[in-house]
Amino acid sequence: MKQFNWKEFAINNIVPIIFIVLCIACLPIAGYSGKYLVSQIITRIMRNSFLVLSLLIPIMAGMGLNFGMTLGAMAGQIGIIFITTWNVVGIPGLLLAAIIATPIAVLLGWFCGKMLNMARGREMITSYMISFFMNGVYQLVVLYAMGPVIPIHSDKVILPRGYGVRNTIDLINVRQSVDSFIQINIAGISIPVLTIILIALLCLVIVWFRKTKLGQDMRAVGQDLEVAREAGIKVERTRILAIVISTVFAAYGMILYLSNMGTLNTYNSHSQIGMFSIAALLVGGASVSKASIKNVFLGIVLFHLMFILTPQAGKNLMGQAQIGEYFRVFVSYGVITLALVLYEIRTRREKAESAKQLAQLQREGAKA
Amino acid sequence: MQNVSKEYNGNPVLKDVNFKLGQGEVLGLVGENGAGKSTLMNILFGMDVIQQTGGYGGKVLIDGKEAKFASPLDALKAGIGMVHQEFSLLPGFTAAENILLNREPENKSVLSLVFGPRANTIDRKTLQKQAIEAITKLGVSLDPDMLVSEMPVGHKQFTEISREISKSAIRLLVLDEPTAVLSEKEAEMLLKAIKNLSAQGVSVIFITHRLQEILDVCDKVIVMRDGRIINELEAEKTSIQEMARLMVGREVGTGRIENRESRPLSDKVVLSVENLWVDMPGETVRNVNLEVHQGEFLGIGGLAGQGKIGIPNGIMGLYPAGGTVKLNGQPIPLNNPRTCLSSSLAFVSEDRRGVGLLLDESLEWNVAFPAMQIQDKFLKKYLGGAIKWRDQKAIEEVTQKYIDQLQIKCTSSKQKAKELSGGNQQKICLAKSFALEPKLLFVSEPTRGIDIGAKALVLKALREYNREYGVTIVMISSELEELRQCCDRIAIVTDGAISGILPATTPSEDFGILMVGKTKKEAK
Repeated sequence: MKQFNWKEFAINNIVPIIFIVLCIACLPIAGYSGKYLVSQIITRIMRNSFLVLSLLIPIMAGMGLNFGMTLGAMAGQIGIIFITTWNVVGIPGLLLAAIIATPIAVLLGWFCGKMLNMARGREMITSYMISFFMNGVYQLVVLYAMGPVIPIHSDKVILPRGYGVRNTIDLINVRQSVDSFIQINIAGISIPVLTIILIALLCLVIVWFRKTKLGQDMRAVGQDLEVAREAGIKVERTRILAIVISTVFAAYGMILYLSNMGTLNTYNSHSQIGMFSIAALLVGGASVSKASIKNVFLGIVLFHLMFILTPQAGKNLMGQAQIGEYFRVFVSYGVITLALVLYEIRTRREKAESAKQLAQLQREGAKA
Repeated sequence: MQNVSKEYNGNPVLKDVNFKLGQGEVLGLVGENGAGKSTLMNILFGMDVIQQTGGYGGKVLIDGKEAKFASPLDALKAGIGMVHQEFSLLPGFTAAENILLNREPENKSVLSLVFGPRANTIDRKTLQKQAIEAITKLGVSLDPDMLVSEMPVGHKQFTEISREISKSAIRLLVLDEPTAVLSEKEAEMLLKAIKNLSAQGVSVIFITHRLQEILDVCDKVIVMRDGRIINELEAEKTSIQEMARLMVGREVGTGRIENRESRPLSDKVVLSVENLWVDMPGETVRNVNLEVHQGEFLGIGGLAGQGKIGIPNGIMGLYPAGGTVKLNGQPIPLNNPRTCLSSSLAFVSEDRRGVGLLLDESLEWNVAFPAMQIQDKFLKKYLGGAIKWRDQKAIEEVTQKYIDQLQIKCTSSKQKAKELSGGNQQKICLAKSFALEPKLLFVSEPTRGIDIGAKALVLKALREYNREYGVTIVMISSELEELRQCCDRIAIVTDGAISGILPATTPSEDFGILMVGKTKKEAK
């Protein structure tokens, strides 16, 4: 057995450690009760874990963090806009939204995967840019086409001028419908059972997925494209599938998220959610090439704990909640940057290390 | 194989190659670099390169029937497996997973009816069993659960071979220098495994530079040179000397070498290298000890992949290296190109387009840039050196000088480097290092990929530079004749270490024997 190395452990988990320290520091300043924090954290887990889980598969296929999950979020939002227009309520409404979102997400994911195959080795920046580009297309559709081209005529959804979707839509029809379907109370904290079942199911699907042939192929492709290709694995197709699956899950995740929130911020929700989901995953100790379900949940807990704490801490310290608000945005960007840089440094160090070892071994071999 | 021939862009690389291989036979294939071994195997294996460059002539017969493979997959179906020099393994997978990569046994599941066969889960138990079968067939000890990234090199090689064996109906296995990266013990195990396979009726083609191994395992040996089969020998009746002679075997004394005199060596040691190791992929240097004398022209030769190119790259700090390197008795730090250049070492890289040239810049810039950076040459100083301006006139003059001297074919000194031909680019690289006025110059493969005329000019320029300006030159080249033309002494590198240093006037057979590492083996 290798001896446990504290220093190594600290270096490898620097991001979660920073967050734990920050949260502990903010805890007394914010002065929230334990019960409030626990119920808040549970809400956030329910809200975000589906989205963050959707990021795991592209990482497995060696494509890095899928900034293109924004595309899935857009598909989910379009589904939500439709069901709000048609006044379909409750869980059937959400199911219908998912049915509408699926083909859109598959199409967008396929497009994104195609692009990423052309920009091999630069997946992250490319998917980031694609999400900006598709944001433009999305806005065009939502702002101009909805109404005259796509028949949406509901005063709740459409702007008073007759076309284009309102800035915010109240999702009263589907608000909390999954969460409140079966709800139990434990010590005053309400637990949404159905949501938990859904999330557990997705976790199981991901575990199962790793054992399938496709999952194995993805791991192979993620490690070495050329070797996988030589072995006859259809590399391009596998990579596109990874992105498609991720995009579809992101769409479902977005629908769950919106139903939990109860309002749709038509022009902002999707771009925010991509950034926050990725930041949460990284806070959980994932890297560009390695992420597990454990990272997802640890990340959501830590990242959102800080989200809850910092505005209040800012208010108590400086008398301004704005400070905390501002703090959490720059922290999430900071975390992504830090994680990316650390990843590069670590790979380079490992490379140098293995080179040294190899040379050492060979020298010994030559002497022997 | 019958009358197989192959041309690349009009250059014949294989001429009338004929050989036969029986079931369960082990055939050794030896030859210098560029003798055509790899091309021959690529044809046999149906590699894409062959198709893309216009196919091949002649026939490949398997069981008396002509076989034409359009792709490696066809060759696989016909039972031909090949293990390449570079490993193609996934580091994060276990041996078993690698052995059965993309041929994993699957559990049928209901979901696959909906999502297609790729939704089947993998049957780990059967996977394990099949992997172990392949490993036992090979007859080596290999843990199927070990991650490839944690394996010693030998085990990686075994994994690779096991993968080929595990493919159904394997009948012919091609091993391209499988022992090059192995320690002696591992190599022994591999040789035993080859014997095992042949006993089970699998034919093996074994390419190697280690002639002793050929004698150990092969039934017959084919020696190739310049695209022809020079001789087919019974392994039992031949010797290392005979093979080495056939491999190198050019007519000695073609007249070109006569005009060179042997010069007395200066006693002063300019550069001394002790226990140098360099981690350069494909050219690993293990343990090099070398002394370069003042004003000499030292050649470093050896077969590809033995580490000769790694030596200058390591000393100049382009790849991670260790050991002691002293210049005029002063140790120079490794892994730091700048200090090397500052201490008047210069290096003409074998990778002239990648490392040697600024392709998008003018010839002037290419020639003057390093000198400007390192020695503050070609700069006008104002305000006591606080502002440095390029001295355009001086740069033009010096570039023109070298263009004339080296007969560089170009429209003007303002032309871009990438527009020149390979030979002329090489000359620019030389001019660049001459402009540094080094005391010691490393030249790595200066004639690779350039035509004969340019070759002669480059070599002449180097010789003149050495003789007239007294600059010590260390030239690394794969072409022994080239080294024998220019150098005073030639060191031969085998297995990442110097296997011997001989005067250039020594007959080429002796160098050939050094190259295949005979003396080292005998010494043991």
